[in-house]
Amino acid sequence: MRRPGRQRLTRRGRRMTLRDLLGEALAGVAARPSRLALTTLGTVLGIAALVATIGLGQTAAGQISDRFDAVAATRVTVEPGETDGPDGQVALTQLPWDAPERLERLAGVASAGTFATVDVGGDPVRGVPYGTQQQTVPVAAASPGLFEALGARLSGGRVFDEGHDARGDAVVVLGRYAADRLGINRVDSQPSIFIGDRAFTVIGILDGVDYRSELQDSVIMPMTTASELYGLEAPEVLEVRTELGAAQLIGRQAPIAVDPNNPDLLDVTAPPRPGSLRDNVSADVNGLFLALGGLALLVGGLGIANVTLLSVLERVSEIGLRRAVGAGRSHVAGQFLVESGIVGFLGGLIGSTVGVLATVGVSVVRDWTPLLDIRLALAAPLLGGAIGLVAGAYPAWRASAVEPITALRSG
Amino acid sequence: MTPPVVEMSGVGRVFPGPPRVEAVRDVDLTIAQGEYLSIIGPSGSGKSTLLHLLGLLDRPSRGVYRLDGVDVGTLSERRRTRVRGERIGFVFQAFHLLPHRSVLENVELAMVYLRVPRKERTARAVATLERVGLGHRLDFDPITLSGGERQRVAIARALVAQPSLLLADEPTGNLDSGNAASVLDLFDELHADGLTLAVITHDDGVSARAQRRVRIVDGVMSDVASAGVIA
Repeated sequence: MRRPGRQRLTRRGRRMTLRDLLGEALAGVAARPSRLALTTLGTVLGIAALVATIGLGQTAAGQISDRFDAVAATRVTVEPGETDGPDGQVALTQLPWDAPERLERLAGVASAGTFATVDVGGDPVRGVPYGTQQQTVPVAAASPGLFEALGARLSGGRVFDEGHDARGDAVVVLGRYAADRLGINRVDSQPSIFIGDRAFTVIGILDGVDYRSELQDSVIMPMTTASELYGLEAPEVLEVRTELGAAQLIGRQAPIAVDPNNPDLLDVTAPPRPGSLRDNVSADVNGLFLALGGLALLVGGLGIANVTLLSVLERVSEIGLRRAVGAGRSHVAGQFLVESGIVGFLGGLIGSTVGVLATVGVSVVRDWTPLLDIRLALAAPLLGGAIGLVAGAYPAWRASAVEPITALRSG
Repeated sequence: MTPPVVEMSGVGRVFPGPPRVEAVRDVDLTIAQGEYLSIIGPSGSGKSTLLHLLGLLDRPSRGVYRLDGVDVGTLSERRRTRVRGERIGFVFQAFHLLPHRSVLENVELAMVYLRVPRKERTARAVATLERVGLGHRLDFDPITLSGGERQRVAIARALVAQPSLLLADEPTGNLDSGNAASVLDLFDELHADGLTLAVITHDDGVSARAQRRVRIVDGVMSDVASAGVIA
């Protein structure tokens, strides 16, 4: 006779719910807290190293490019737009002579100046009159502000000023290499050079420039002088040095200030947003750090795999019992997989926290602004979980292969 | 009429080896519903193999095994696992309780893989633990319990899924005589309630409590006269 009140079990299918799987796996993980701590250690270190190195890389790169910006991110150039005309490239518009003055009215402009190459009609440039020493030295024209805008440094003498420009004086500044080639190395004796048979007084020699290094090869005269003597029609390019951080703003305002009627016809080159520059630097810095963090993670993953495998061997009788009470191979495999996934996730969570704290801590000590991509901090625990799952694959397979007979016979 | 719980005919199990071992030979065994059977034999006699065959932990090499009238020899591994979970309750010599899990959780485990709803699980586990006299130990860790109490937890775990057959393998092997007696008393009560039991043992005292006894020696099974004395 059967027991009274006995019911057959419901048979809605044999899959256990996800909640049960998680519950069993969590209980399995929590049952051995000291082992859990040791197992997660590898992942904690790996993820912490990864997060801290990326965080510190981003932070450090932020500081590096702040310094960079001071030089690189303050240059704006304005050129007339060009199009393909019937005779090759044709300028659509011209820069006005007073473009530097127009620009200097804008807030955020430190200095501005124009530049042009000058066609001297084949006249030779010589260091002494009527000598045989002929050089093909390019001739350029500059407004007085150009030198400051390009960060020019002098090895001797001075640059020409507004007065020289306004009068169209026959004065020149020599680039460093142009001076070498013309045999002029000092200006205190007021040397002259000759273009064709016109004499020009050398008032200064350049030592270096931040940009437009072609000036170092050139003989540079004032704009008005070039216009009066050689018929220069218009400046070719406007060079602007801005205050730190104003480059993008000036880049937008400059065409309107220079040519209010046709601002669209001017080509403006402004530095990229600071972020994009920073990213490039960060990428280089992070490459090495990432490799180190990845190595730490690999070790962490191997640690999880090792301990989970040990755990499988230790819990053979538990596996046998679960099989006896109706667990299929997939249930057993699933449980060990989820357990190692949880271990990895926990390691990733703790490691991510440690990494963020380390980034902030170092930043405080070094007086930096900590920069950290929030997505990194959020993705790190998931990465840990994924590593745990991968690491648990082999132990889980081993667990599923345990025969309940052998498992229950032992112990 | 309902079919017998266990119906084995001509069942054999051969381990190909080497060396080739014929652990169980040509066993015909029927266990009717509500029957209390003991299988007795010395170690190495094939009784463990018979236990595994009965418990669907192993497949017979030949012969037919019907459980509740269903030929389980032809079922897929998945179906056999499910039938095992639903229809067989195991009690082992070594208890096999999970450490660090409460007594209640250990009993609930038998229903986790059978998709019994959670609330029902807890209610049934509590009721079954009360039935075996452990209603006051629900939240204890098994490692703090005495051997007799542990075996009662294991019995509660075996019973909670309401199996067709309770299969006990040397259930008193790890117990002192007092605890062993109380476990055997519990078996008597369960039998009186209509449960079908098969107890595998080498201990005459244990097997003597059963309604019917069979002996297995060198893989061959023979009936023991219920009143007979084992030589």
